[in-house]
Amino acid sequence: MRVHRLKSLLAVTLGLFLALVSSSVKANEEHGSEKLDPAKVIMEHIQDAHEFHFFTLKKENGEEMHATLPLPIILWSKERGLVSFSSSNFHHGHDSHDGYKMEHDKIHAVKMENGVEVLDEAVHVYDISLTKNVVQMFLSLIVLVVLMISVANKYKKGKGITSAPKGWQNAVEPVITFVRDEVAKPNLGKKYLKYLPYLLTVFFFILINNLFGLIPGSANVTGNIAFTVVLGVISFFVILFSTNKHFWAHIFWYPGVPMIVRLIIMLPVELLGVFTKPFALIVRLFANMVAGHIIILSFITLIFIFGSMSAIAGWGFSPLSVLFAVFIYLIEILVAFIQAFIFTNLTAVFIGQAFEGGHDDHH
Amino acid sequence: MTIMLEVQTGFSHMGGAIGAGLAAIGAGIGIGQIGKGAVEAIARQPEASNDIRANMILTAAFVEGVALFAVIAGLLAVLK
Repeated sequence: MRVHRLKSLLAVTLGLFLALVSSSVKANEEHGSEKLDPAKVIMEHIQDAHEFHFFTLKKENGEEMHATLPLPIILWSKERGLVSFSSSNFHHGHDSHDGYKMEHDKIHAVKMENGVEVLDEAVHVYDISLTKNVVQMFLSLIVLVVLMISVANKYKKGKGITSAPKGWQNAVEPVITFVRDEVAKPNLGKKYLKYLPYLLTVFFFILINNLFGLIPGSANVTGNIAFTVVLGVISFFVILFSTNKHFWAHIFWYPGVPMIVRLIIMLPVELLGVFTKPFALIVRLFANMVAGHIIILSFITLIFIFGSMSAIAGWGFSPLSVLFAVFIYLIEILVAFIQAFIFTNLTAVFIGQAFEGGHDDHH
Repeated sequence: MTIMLEVQTGFSHMGGAIGAGLAAIGAGIGIGQIGKGAVEAIARQPEASNDIRANMILTAAFVEGVALFAVIAGLLAVLK
C-alpha cells in the first residue's frame, strides 16, 4: 500500500510540476546570429543552465525559436531576502527582472542609478535556483526511491524469497548481489554490512544520473565537477572515519625503510596519498563523463561545421557522423556502468585499506 | 602588445592540443598492452575468460581515467 501511495505521490508531483511550468513552455523569439560557434554550442550542452533547452528552430525570416522549459530561479541575499521567479523573465540574458540581471549565466543584483541600470555592488546574491542539474538529481532521486522501496516491500512480503522474483526484483537483485559479493565482501571482509548501504547508494545514484545524462536534452549531472567533488568528499569522510591506528602508524612511521627515507620521502608521500585517492575518484568520474558527452556532441556538431562550408558536404558527411555518434553512444552506455562500478569499487578498496592492518610487517 | 597576447594564446592552445594528443597515445599503448595480456591469458586458459574479461575492463578504466586527467589539463590550457 505504501508503494501505491508513493507512486501516486510521484504522479501528483510530476503532474503538478508539469502543470505549473507548462504555461511557460513557449517559443522565445529573438534575433539569432548566423555564425556557428561549435565550442559555444558544446559548452552550452555540458554546463548547468537555468532552463531545459530542447531545440531551436530557425524561421524563414531568420528569427530563432527556442523550445525551452524555464526553471524557477531562487535567490537569497542578506539585503533583499528570498526572491523567486521563473527564468523566462530574463529572456535569455537580455532583460533584467525585479532588480536582478543575468550575465553569462551568473546572476547579479542591479539597481537604478540616475535612470541607468548599474550593478549593485553592495548586494551579494546567493543563487540557490532549481537548475537543470538540481531537477535531474531530484528526478533520479524519486526514481531510485520508488524503485528500491517497491522492490524491498516485495521482499518483505516474501515474494522472491519463498517464490520466484517478479518484476523489478529480477533487475535489482543481481546488481545488489554483484555489489555485495564482488565489491563489498572481498574488500571489507567481515564489516561489509556496515558499509553496504553507502556503497549501494553511491553505485545506483551515479548509475542513474549517468544514464539520464545520456538522454538528449537532459542535464549533464555526473559531468559536473561540483557533483563529483561532493561525492568524493563524502567518500573521503567515510574512509577517514573507518581508519584505525595501524593506518596512521603506516603513514607516519612507514615500516621496513631506513629512517631518512621514512621521514623525508614516505611521510609526505603517504600524507599526500590520503588526499590524492579521493581526488582521483573525483576527477576520474568527472573526466570520463564530460569527455563522453563532448565526443558525442563534437560528432554531431561536425555535421553543422561541414554544412556551413557547403550544403552538399554537410548532407554527405552526416551519415558518417551519425554512425560514429551512435558508436560512441553505445560505448558511453558501457562507460556509465563501468564508471559507477569503478567509483564504488575503489571506495570499497580504500575503506578496506583504512581498517586493515596487523599483518606480518609489525614493528 | 596584442600580437604578443595572440602568440601566447596560440602557444597555450597548441600546448593543450599536443598534450591531449600525447595522452591519447599513452592511453592507446596502455590499453593495447592490457588487451594483449588479456587475450594471451584467454588463449592459455579459455575457461577463465569471464574473470579475465572483467579484470581487463576494470584495468582499462583505470588507464583511461589517467588519460582523461591529461585531457582535462589540455582543456584547461585551452580555456584559460
